[in-house]
Amino acid sequence: MEREADGGGVTNEGIIDGRGEQAALARLEPAGYAVRHDEHGRTLLVLTGHWTLRGIDGRAGALSSELRKYAQKGGEVVWDCREVQTLDNVGALVLWRLQGFAQRTGIEVRPEHAALCERWAQRQAPPNTPRAPRTGPIDTLMSLERGLRSHALDFTALVGQIVLDSGRLLRRPNRIPWKDVSATIYEAGVRALGITALVGALVGIVMSYLSALELQTFGAQSFIVNILGLSIMRELGPLLAAILVAGRSGSAMAAELGVMRLTEELDALSAMGISQTVRLILPKIVALAIALPLLVIWTDAIALLGGMVAAHIILGISIPSFIHAIPSAVPVVNFLLGIVKGVVFGIVVALIACHFGLRIQPNTLSLGVETTNAVVTAITAVIFVDAMFAIAFRGVGLP
Amino acid sequence: MTPETVIDMEHVSTRFGHHVVHEDINLRVVRGEILGLVGGSGSGKTTLVREMIGLDQPSAGHVSLFGERLDRIGPGALAMLRNRCGVLFQGGALFSALTVFENVAFPLQEYRAIEPTLIRDLVYMKLTQVGLGPEVAPRLPAELSGGMVKRVALARALALEPELLFLDEPTSGLDPVTAQAFVHHLQGLHRELGFTGVVITHDLDLMRDLCTALAILADHRIVARGTPAEVAESPHPFVATMFSGERGQRVFGTMAS
Repeated sequence: MEREADGGGVTNEGIIDGRGEQAALARLEPAGYAVRHDEHGRTLLVLTGHWTLRGIDGRAGALSSELRKYAQKGGEVVWDCREVQTLDNVGALVLWRLQGFAQRTGIEVRPEHAALCERWAQRQAPPNTPRAPRTGPIDTLMSLERGLRSHALDFTALVGQIVLDSGRLLRRPNRIPWKDVSATIYEAGVRALGITALVGALVGIVMSYLSALELQTFGAQSFIVNILGLSIMRELGPLLAAILVAGRSGSAMAAELGVMRLTEELDALSAMGISQTVRLILPKIVALAIALPLLVIWTDAIALLGGMVAAHIILGISIPSFIHAIPSAVPVVNFLLGIVKGVVFGIVVALIACHFGLRIQPNTLSLGVETTNAVVTAITAVIFVDAMFAIAFRGVGLP
Repeated sequence: MTPETVIDMEHVSTRFGHHVVHEDINLRVVRGEILGLVGGSGSGKTTLVREMIGLDQPSAGHVSLFGERLDRIGPGALAMLRNRCGVLFQGGALFSALTVFENVAFPLQEYRAIEPTLIRDLVYMKLTQVGLGPEVAPRLPAELSGGMVKRVALARALALEPELLFLDEPTSGLDPVTAQAFVHHLQGLHRELGFTGVVITHDLDLMRDLCTALAILADHRIVARGTPAEVAESPHPFVATMFSGERGQRVFGTMAS
């Protein structure tokens, strides 16, 4: 080769120093090429610059299409890569796609680049990733059915485990994790006092304003006590408290269990011979079954207070007379029914949160998906159970 | 020709409140060398590396990467510099929601200067380079063994053809055979790609086989810096216990003599 002597400015210092020299310059020489002819009339394709990720810098497509016509000439063209200063996988890939490195005769490379070219030349084609088969409506239905069945199975197993474990705990009450129960009551109950009060007061005011306007047209102002008392104590108080707790504590419980799965804490507990249901799930259920009815009483009281203040402003009903009127207007069984609902809602929210929390796979995506599912399902279930209560107790406590 | 300085730390001190981690550290890493950063637990090795990448700022002093002061360049330039670095985190730090293929392809896709058609070939080549077959590509990180996680993390760190590679305890948690194979792979890659490396490690075999230089971090300072043989001669008590112990003698004995 005549150009061999003309290696010129390119020193054969090896890849490390070659890079060092260039990186010291602000910009490295981009990947390029020149076409020359040697004395035998052959075409020499001289590649220059840095055939690297940064040297090519997005021009891989352009370079490939420019060089393709030389590649198609086959043996007539000699590829001279000895002036390539650095070569990395990106550069090698572009060259390999064009030239193939198959016939060593048609290409000249620097010795330090030979290993990389060799690697590409010997590379086995990656397998074709099978495309996901098209899913028809039947497949969608089938997977939905599978999902539902696995949820039903897991949920039943969870409830069964809880029943068995609580039976065992009742025989050995000193094993009951009171500390965890009290911590959860504080976390899910005491810390929710503010938000339930705010929402309760606002809903009380809204109810009061809406019904006051309607009642005024009939001259039946005093019935505001019946409307507010019945709707808040029987329906709105328990429902509001349960939905807020499902959003606050349901997500927290699911995420807590999920992160414990991620960090293998669940496995650590099992390895110590400590039951997950006893230490983690049962305290949450017991705590919510205690905290939620208390929150229901609190929400009832604040919502009624908001309603009373609004009624005083619009209708001029004094607050003491409103309070006196409540016992005679609203049968006490409605209040008790609200508390029972609170207990049931607490158990439902905690069960569903734990069910979805335990389904979280050890990856970040699943954590988000299942936490969302936990909250959405818990709120839906609360409303569903509320509807069942409404049907079952339709003859109780209503005038 | 004097070799180019890739990392230059000058008078770097780090304090967390009253807790002093580093005091007046000066450290240069030149192109092509693999520096082993050695020190006891809690001596601030990882913090030092985080300062080199610009993830943490030192309380005093400054760090230069490729000749650029990290405290003086804008976020755009810093991002460009980071594109030239690869980091292998201790736990792998793979994106758990993405498959192996997507993990390795992620930096290539984000770089936006590579045609999508090339990415597939590049990803499979990276996997081959770290010794993994194409069959792991569709798996999720949770389905991989510890050694495989490290390999995939290395493939991801190498995705953008870094000139500078940071390795945080690359062999920790691997069995000796896997660790040896991993070091062997790193050696081969270093020969082939010619990167500069900073390796945090406790592994004496790795220091001997991979590192061309060692820096010992003890008493908040770099107490020894040089080739492994030079460092082994250091009189500092930490170095002495580390290299003159039975294991140290076995690994470095032949070298020092």
